[in-house]
Amino acid sequence: MADKEVTKTQEMIYELRVREVMTRKVIAVASATPMGELRGILRDNRISGTPVVDDGNLVGIVSIEDFINWMSDGRPGCPVADRMTRQVRTIYDDEPLVQAVNKLERSGFGRLPVLERETCRLVGVITKGDIIGGLLKHLEVDYLNAERRGARSSHIFEDIIADRSLLRLEYQVRGADFSRAGSSASGLKTSLGRLGIDPQITRRVAIAAYEAEMNLVVFTEGGRIRAEVEPGLIRLVVEDSGPGIPDVEQAMEPGFSTAPDWVRELGFGAGMGLPNIQKCSDRMRLDSTVGKGTRLEVEVLMEHRDDAERLSEGTGA
Amino acid sequence: MKLDEISKVLEAQWLSDRTGCHDRIGAEVLSCHASDLMSDVLTSSGEGSLLLTGLTNAQVIRVAEVADFVAVCFVRGKKPQPETLQLAGERGIPVLVTPLSMYDACGRLYVKGLPGGHGAKEIPSWRTRK
Repeated sequence: MADKEVTKTQEMIYELRVREVMTRKVIAVASATPMGELRGILRDNRISGTPVVDDGNLVGIVSIEDFINWMSDGRPGCPVADRMTRQVRTIYDDEPLVQAVNKLERSGFGRLPVLERETCRLVGVITKGDIIGGLLKHLEVDYLNAERRGARSSHIFEDIIADRSLLRLEYQVRGADFSRAGSSASGLKTSLGRLGIDPQITRRVAIAAYEAEMNLVVFTEGGRIRAEVEPGLIRLVVEDSGPGIPDVEQAMEPGFSTAPDWVRELGFGAGMGLPNIQKCSDRMRLDSTVGKGTRLEVEVLMEHRDDAERLSEGTGA
Repeated sequence: MKLDEISKVLEAQWLSDRTGCHDRIGAEVLSCHASDLMSDVLTSSGEGSLLLTGLTNAQVIRVAEVADFVAVCFVRGKKPQPETLQLAGERGIPVLVTPLSMYDACGRLYVKGLPGGHGAKEIPSWRTRK
């Protein structure tokens, strides 16, 4: 039974490509390099072999073994070209790691030069050390992700005993700072995910928060987004101190927009923000006074629905 | 359809470091949204969906993140600004670029059986009640 299980490492050597783990900074020598210089090159770079490259083309490979044989032959004065291995086993950068493992295993070589498939030019070298290092790095990424998931305080409210509990998350939004726009919504989304909130609910809140954040960035000097998580409910309160909306009813109309051209050029300002916030929410309240500011309150309910209801929605009923 | 197949169909080039978006590379892409208007894109869920767009600013990545898109593909060979790629890297969202026009990219994916993303129709079902 156990031998039928595919381990994470097995999966990774099929999924990862050679180019993802290979060493890109290749130490290479020219075929005209004297054999006598090889020792210094291998020692200084702490490597046991190097590809031989002429005009960017791979012509051979020379290793410490070739060097020892050359020494035992009485160190005749000759270039690398005379002592290198010309039959080089190579691998393409887009091949899966498992190919590299097999080739190294079968050939008994310590390294494989890596070629780019289209140009056949040398782009790297892969050794067993690179493969082990690459696998460890990817295992670490997976482990960190798992750890993060483990750190989630899922169902926090089910564990809290109180007549009323409330978790408040607050974000300051700077006006006209388009490069940072969306970072509050992004942070809120990540946090709600970690709290174990249903992904659908999280997405609705995140989209509403993002649209509201864009409004703060585009139209105001900045403001504040407050998210309050209660059992069964997430409330967003977005406040700014001006300029205010002259006609709230008009602003709610799909397609109505006062966005400047630079915002439209960026793919926004189509007059869909407020209607979209309303679509994402179960309750919405917008109060605005020109010259004083705007307050938007949005609620998304997260009732526990029974499974039958989820199923009927899932089938598009 | 997996992202690797999509990149072949679109003759697209990967702009992301594949290791950074490991999770999403294996994900099944079930539909596609194609738009240059992020306001419109945001009116529906991007879950299981690819976002095709000619816009290359960093907010495209924010939109993809917030609406749960699997990946973003830029059309007409437009290389995004460095901050767009950086943000995509941070948020683990795969980014591709295809030399095809929006129309051709859509057409190729459509004939391969990839349907359009749900339109505004889907929104009411997001609501928990009425």
